[in-house]
Amino acid sequence: MKPRNGIASLVLPPVLVLVGAVILMEIGARMLNEPFMLPRPGAVMRVMVDHRAELAASLWTTAEAALIGFFASAILGAAVAMILSASPLARRAFYPYTVFFQTVPIIAIAPLLVIWCGPGILAVALSAFIVSVFPVIANTLSGLLSTDPALEDLFRLYEASRWSRLWKLKLPSALPNIFTGLRIAAGLAVIGTVVSEFLVGLFGPGEGLGVRIVSAKKTGHTDEVFAAVLIASLLGLAMFAGINLAAKILLRRWHASERD
Amino acid sequence: MSDFLRSLRGDTPRLCSLSFIATSMRVQRLHKVFDSDVIAIEDLTIEIRSGEFLAVLGPSGCGKSTLLRIIAGLDQPTSGSVEKDEGKIAYVFQDAHLLPWRTVLRNVALPLELMGASRAERLDAAADALRQVGLGDAMSRYPAQLSGGMKMRVSLARALVTQPKLLLLDEPFAALDEITRQKLDEQLRELWLRHRMTVVFVTHSTGEATFLADRAVVLSRRPARIVEDLGIELPANREATLRSDPKFAAITRRIYSALERGGA
Repeated sequence: MKPRNGIASLVLPPVLVLVGAVILMEIGARMLNEPFMLPRPGAVMRVMVDHRAELAASLWTTAEAALIGFFASAILGAAVAMILSASPLARRAFYPYTVFFQTVPIIAIAPLLVIWCGPGILAVALSAFIVSVFPVIANTLSGLLSTDPALEDLFRLYEASRWSRLWKLKLPSALPNIFTGLRIAAGLAVIGTVVSEFLVGLFGPGEGLGVRIVSAKKTGHTDEVFAAVLIASLLGLAMFAGINLAAKILLRRWHASERD
Repeated sequence: MSDFLRSLRGDTPRLCSLSFIATSMRVQRLHKVFDSDVIAIEDLTIEIRSGEFLAVLGPSGCGKSTLLRIIAGLDQPTSGSVEKDEGKIAYVFQDAHLLPWRTVLRNVALPLELMGASRAERLDAAADALRQVGLGDAMSRYPAQLSGGMKMRVSLARALVTQPKLLLLDEPFAALDEITRQKLDEQLRELWLRHRMTVVFVTHSTGEATFLADRAVVLSRRPARIVEDLGIELPANREATLRSDPKFAAITRRIYSALERGGA
């Protein structure tokens, strides 16, 4: 790391891209002059300021469901991967079914989730979990199975227990892969939350961002749709950044991907 | 010294243990067949004396590493046996293979940690092993911050930390540059003089074998059998200048010609 141009070189490039994109959108919206098709960024900003209280409540509702789904994926996904890594038989028996989580069309099973859980946060969090758990399982498993064979020999030479092998060798070796899985899962959890809110979210005060998108669309307030979409994206981004920060703290001393 | 470390070392050293030369290990009629048709080792018998520094040479892929792994108990022979004395075994791989998330000190402490030593005991022993390989001031660094030679010395310290009776090394310095390699050879010879554990050192370098060992066994191309088994009669203390000694050159040539006869 080079402190002399640290912050500026880190923050400036993406900020310039953002400013450029906003200017392009402003130019496009002015030329098109159809606020229903493409609102001006200024109008979206005004919606965000004027409706900040409701939007914050919506953000909280969506964030809560997305975070519950994400943490369930992180914990259960890692646990499943550990079990699968311990036994080739378990792997053969169960791994094909974990792929199910990857391929299931979440929109199609949302009605089932409502039947089981009723409309509300539980159904929404469950769908966030379903769409985000597979990357955690797949990446954690691949990390647990690709431990350096020489280090496995070393642990065997000193008669390390199964627990030591997992805790002191396999899990730390798999950490970079686990973080890759978590990064993917964070984005998917937000997508899963918003999509299922379209179908099962509760209307009324504190409605989720997905619900807000649907109702704003029905009333023709495209600027409100944009505002909700933007906030949902920022939520995904914030979760992603949180995971990056955790990865940086845990891996910075030893893993090439976290240096610089 | 703590009871735990003394128990690792086995008996406390006594004078009388020097009065006879015990066999440390007997590799007897060893066969190793891979995938039912690749014969790596065929009918190999080697006796290794306690405290001997043995170099094993041979063409690449001749089964030297397999032999070492069988001695360590990491692989099972197809037939034949390895009898060895009680006592700790340590193994040094071709690369350092350190845990990148641990500091140098905690990497070296790992074997004792796995064997259940207390925190204070293992960190003391690790610090001591690191000082022995000249890395007393690098204890809190991480492997990513070390050069290749330093990593290999950490790996060596990790092997020494349990005070092993048998030290197995599989071409440990092969990936290093020549100068670093010679420095490490000198350091390893000094460590052996101090501890007098039994060493089996696999290498493909004739000069390295001559400099380090008291005996060299040259194996043939697969299936491995013994082409030459020669004693290296050089002074116990080996200085860097020994490498330009005519006796050194003569022994190196003998090993070289044995390698050629073996099909290298």
